[in-house]
Amino acid sequence: MIKIIKYVITDILRNKIVMAYTIFLMAISLSLFNLEDNISKGLLSLLNITLIIVPLVSIIFSTIYIYNSAEFIELMVSQPLQRKKIWMSLFAGLAISLSLSFCIGAGIPIVLYAASSIGFIMLAMGIILSIIFAAVAMLSAVIIRDKAKGIGISVLLWLYFSLLFDGIVLFILFQFEDYPLEKAMVAITAFNPIDLGRILILLKMDVSAMMGYTGAIFRDFFGTQVGFIITLVILLLWIATPAWMSARIFNKKDL
Amino acid sequence: MMKNYIFILVVFFLFDADTFGHVLHVGKLASYRSVSQAVHNAQTGDSIFVEPGIYLEKNIVIDKPVSLIGINFPELDGEHKYEIISVRSDNVTIRGFLLKNSGISSLIDIAGIKVYGRRNVVIAGNKLQGTFFGIYMENAVNCRIEYNQLAAHTANEQQSGNGIHCWKCDSLCIIGNSVTHHRDGIYFEFVTNSVIWRNESFNNIRYGLHFMFSHNDAYIANLFHNNSAGVSVMFTHGVKMFNNIFEDNWGDGCYGIFIKEISDSYISGNKFRRNTTGIYMEGASRIHLEKNLFTNNGSALRIQASCMDVSTEKNNFIANTFDVSTNGSLVMNTFEKNFWDKYEGYDLNRDGIGDVPYRPVSLYSMIIEKNPTAMVLFRSFMTSLLDKTEKVLPGITPEGLKDEQPLMKPLSL
Repeated sequence: MIKIIKYVITDILRNKIVMAYTIFLMAISLSLFNLEDNISKGLLSLLNITLIIVPLVSIIFSTIYIYNSAEFIELMVSQPLQRKKIWMSLFAGLAISLSLSFCIGAGIPIVLYAASSIGFIMLAMGIILSIIFAAVAMLSAVIIRDKAKGIGISVLLWLYFSLLFDGIVLFILFQFEDYPLEKAMVAITAFNPIDLGRILILLKMDVSAMMGYTGAIFRDFFGTQVGFIITLVILLLWIATPAWMSARIFNKKDL
Repeated sequence: MMKNYIFILVVFFLFDADTFGHVLHVGKLASYRSVSQAVHNAQTGDSIFVEPGIYLEKNIVIDKPVSLIGINFPELDGEHKYEIISVRSDNVTIRGFLLKNSGISSLIDIAGIKVYGRRNVVIAGNKLQGTFFGIYMENAVNCRIEYNQLAAHTANEQQSGNGIHCWKCDSLCIIGNSVTHHRDGIYFEFVTNSVIWRNESFNNIRYGLHFMFSHNDAYIANLFHNNSAGVSVMFTHGVKMFNNIFEDNWGDGCYGIFIKEISDSYISGNKFRRNTTGIYMEGASRIHLEKNLFTNNGSALRIQASCMDVSTEKNNFIANTFDVSTNGSLVMNTFEKNFWDKYEGYDLNRDGIGDVPYRPVSLYSMIIEKNPTAMVLFRSFMTSLLDKTEKVLPGITPEGLKDEQPLMKPLSL
């Protein structure tokens, strides 16, 4: 299994796209920290990168990579290896290389310029989001045989998580304005890993604003030790569920 | 020459006894054992020096103009039952005592030191610990409350009175006191023409400073922080606030300053840091807000549409989550020459003033004002998209609320 992971990682690195992604992240974060006059504004812009660009690159790259290694997968399957192990190694290879490139690309500038609790939680969120969206990509790639359709679905999924979901939430908020929705909102955010990550970072970043009534409810949940652990578990579920589902489907799939 | 000296000496002796008064000593080994006894035997203008020790005197009533001076903080204990000192005479000085444990009552306002409708009273350098109300001025005129330290111990609003409580007073000087763990740190009702200077009010159960109907007072260089509801001021005109600091007032309904029905006032040189809301204004009119510094607040300024002629000029807005928010489209207030760190305009002629106006109200802050739960979407891609579109084509945010001359560089405040 480790051999396959190693092979996948070297293959991805040879691909150079991930290298370009690393350099892009590094260039953007360095310039953000240098251009903005205070660190908090730099972190704010970096937040948008973490929440938008990272899932996008993660999901698209992973989907395309899975489709492109169809022949490699077929070759592996013909070997005396468990299908589950092959699939999991592919996932591990993708997750490791993507989070590694985020770690280097955004992590170094964060450590250099903003080595605070906000910086570190942002780094952790970037890594977790990379892995989650790699897992989601694996699921969509294994369900849909057609490459174009699969990539399309991935793009739609990204659009859903980063934009449509929030739109729907806003719609619900205004439709059910008369009801106390604060606690329901805490539950609803669990359905979107990007939102979860964003709120965890905000609780550190906009402390004062989050001290208002609604903020206080989020704070009472996400800010406590228990809430933090629950959030972490939910995020891990977001990794495990798609990965496990895709492995199950791949196990039975007629290649 | 000699004649002059003799004249001076004669004058000196003439004034001696009556003018300077006698000195009475209270203490274990002194001529008086209790303060009440000494007050009873004192003449107008006498000084009563109290040696260190613990005095359980129930209620000390001062009914003649004397000076009560504590040496090394003698302790006057109210045994959780009594009002410790009641001042019922003009020209009284109380200095250097440690007052402890006044009674607590929900029917009458028991205080550490209470002044009943008197003039020229000086209360200076005392320590009050565990009193219900701290220093209570009722109908007092021309009094000084200086350098006292007030600390209550109670945890709830019912069990606690106000630190410095003034009702229907005029011409007070309240200087350099520190008040903590009371209900309201400093409370004024119908107090006029007074100066509140260099006090510190923190960790109070309700407001750091709370006043109503208290016209023409000046608040200078005070420090209000960590009060559970900030500072709240209402129904007053002619308020001057200079160089005060409002910090760390966190929570819903908790404001750096809450301003309601205040008019003809001047708020300048204050610093608002890390409050959930820096200034909240409701029904305020003719207020001049200048040279204040707003940093790291949730909302720096919340101006409700019921305010008019509030001019916000030459302030720095730095690292606030929201700069200005409002609840309607009607704007009768002006914003001029402020520095906004979120300003993205340019300055072609290099005169230090941005060439395009700045709109401090974001669409999202309007949404939050209507529906606070929408805070859950804060800083999401969705809302920043909405904000950007609104900036280009203002539809919901009030058209008139803008700074025509935003500064490019922060003012040095």
